[in-house]
Parts: sequence; C-alpha cells; structure tokens
Amino acid sequence: MRWLLVAVIVCSTTVSDLLQSREMKQHGEIDEFHPGRWSRIMLVALQRRYLVLSILFLTVSFFAFLALLSIADLSFAVPATAASYVVETILAKFLLKERLNWKRWAGAGLVACGVALVSM
Amino acid sequence: MSSGARRIGIKIWLLTVVVILRNLLGNFALSWGMKHAPEALSPLGLLKTVFTPWILLGIALLILWMLTRLTLLSWADLTFVLPVTAVGYVLTVMAGKLFLGEHVSPWRWTGTLLIVAGTILVGTTYPKTTGDGGGPA
Repeated sequence: MRWLLVAVIVCSTTVSDLLQSREMKQHGEIDEFHPGRWSRIMLVALQRRYLVLSILFLTVSFFAFLALLSIADLSFAVPATAASYVVETILAKFLLKERLNWKRWAGAGLVACGVALVSM
Repeated sequence: MSSGARRIGIKIWLLTVVVILRNLLGNFALSWGMKHAPEALSPLGLLKTVFTPWILLGIALLILWMLTRLTLLSWADLTFVLPVTAVGYVLTVMAGKLFLGEHVSPWRWTGTLLIVAGTILVGTTYPKTTGDGGGPA
C-alpha cells in the first residue's frame, strides 16, 4: 500500500508540475504578486484548461500524501519526492524544451540524492 | 547584468523565498494535523480529517503556495524552480534541530549539504531558457 501511494504521488506531482510550467510559459510573466492580486492569479489558473487539470493532479498527489502520512513516517514519505526531481528534469528537457547545461543536470542530481539522504 | 535583469533576478529570489516558507509552514500544519488525527485511510475518515483546524490551515497555506509558485513558474524554468525551492528540506532539518531538539544524523547533514550544493549550482544558471525571455542556460 505504501509503495502504491508513493507511485501515485510521484506520477501525479510530475504531471502537475509539467502542465503548470507549460501553461505559465504560454501565459507569460505575471508582474504582480502582492496579496491584493491573488484573485487575479487564481482567475488565470481557472481560465486555462490544462492548469485546471494540473490542479486536479496536484489534489490527487495531496490526498495520496495525506494517506501516506497517516500510515507511514514523514521520513519515509519525503524520499518519495526525490525520484520526481530526476524524472521532471528529464521530461522538462524533452517536453518543455528547456535548455539544460551541466549545472542544471548536476544540481538536479545533487538535490535528488540530498532529499533521499535527508530522510535517513 | 543590466539593471532590468538584476531587478528580475531580485524578484525571482524574493518569490523563491516566499514559495519555500509557505510550503514549509503548510507541510508543518498538515503533518501536525495528521499526527493528531484518527486513522484516516478510509475515504470518509479522510474527509472528516480535512475539516480539522490544522489541516484547513495547511490547505490554505498550500493554496497560497501554489499561486506563488505559478507566478514563479511564469518567470523561470521548471528545472530552475524545482532545485532552488528544495532548500525547504534544509530549513526543515534546521528547524527540527533548533526548535524541536531533534537528533540530526551524519547522513541527514550530508543530504542537507548536497541539497545546498545543488541549489547553488542551479542558482547560478539563467532562470529562463525558453520563450521570449529565453537566455543561455
């Protein structure tokens, strides 16, 4: 059960992040981010189909994480997110066409190893 | 670096800090709420748990976190945002050590150092490599 929840978390987080990044790249830069503008950003989020879909995936990930926390320690739940750093970096290169130099690859690898170790 | 690019750089880092703190506080509230909740694996149990104060606070903070992160993603690559916001894990370890007196194992310190190193490496790259604002990686 634990590993099934981990798989659900990693997959849904990855899909959600890729969709969010894709949509925000297409939308363009949001200039305002002070508290009075939250409703505007919320409106942007709700008007874009794929962004709504990304929120659904994020919700799935969120409930899977809650369920995992109720049956396992945080120290087990956290490394689950480590794998998603590498998966998302690879997919961002091919699907989002981000240009990655060696620093980005090395950074993602270091962070993934670090997150896995932090739980020990 | 031009003053415009520097201003955007400062905005990105400022927003990164906000994203990290909101996530940290949100996860803390959720973790605390779940620890004090009854067994919640059944759908009804999970639904009941959602409407407890700590979980509601956690959800509110995570919604704000998501909106801030969307703004950040409109300015910077996913492969930039992911590693630099991972500093949140380091802060979690530090908070555990400082405020809760938790024992931090050598493995955990090593992990913390790796995350910091990864964040610094990615932090020195140009935040956006796609679209109009695309620069070298």
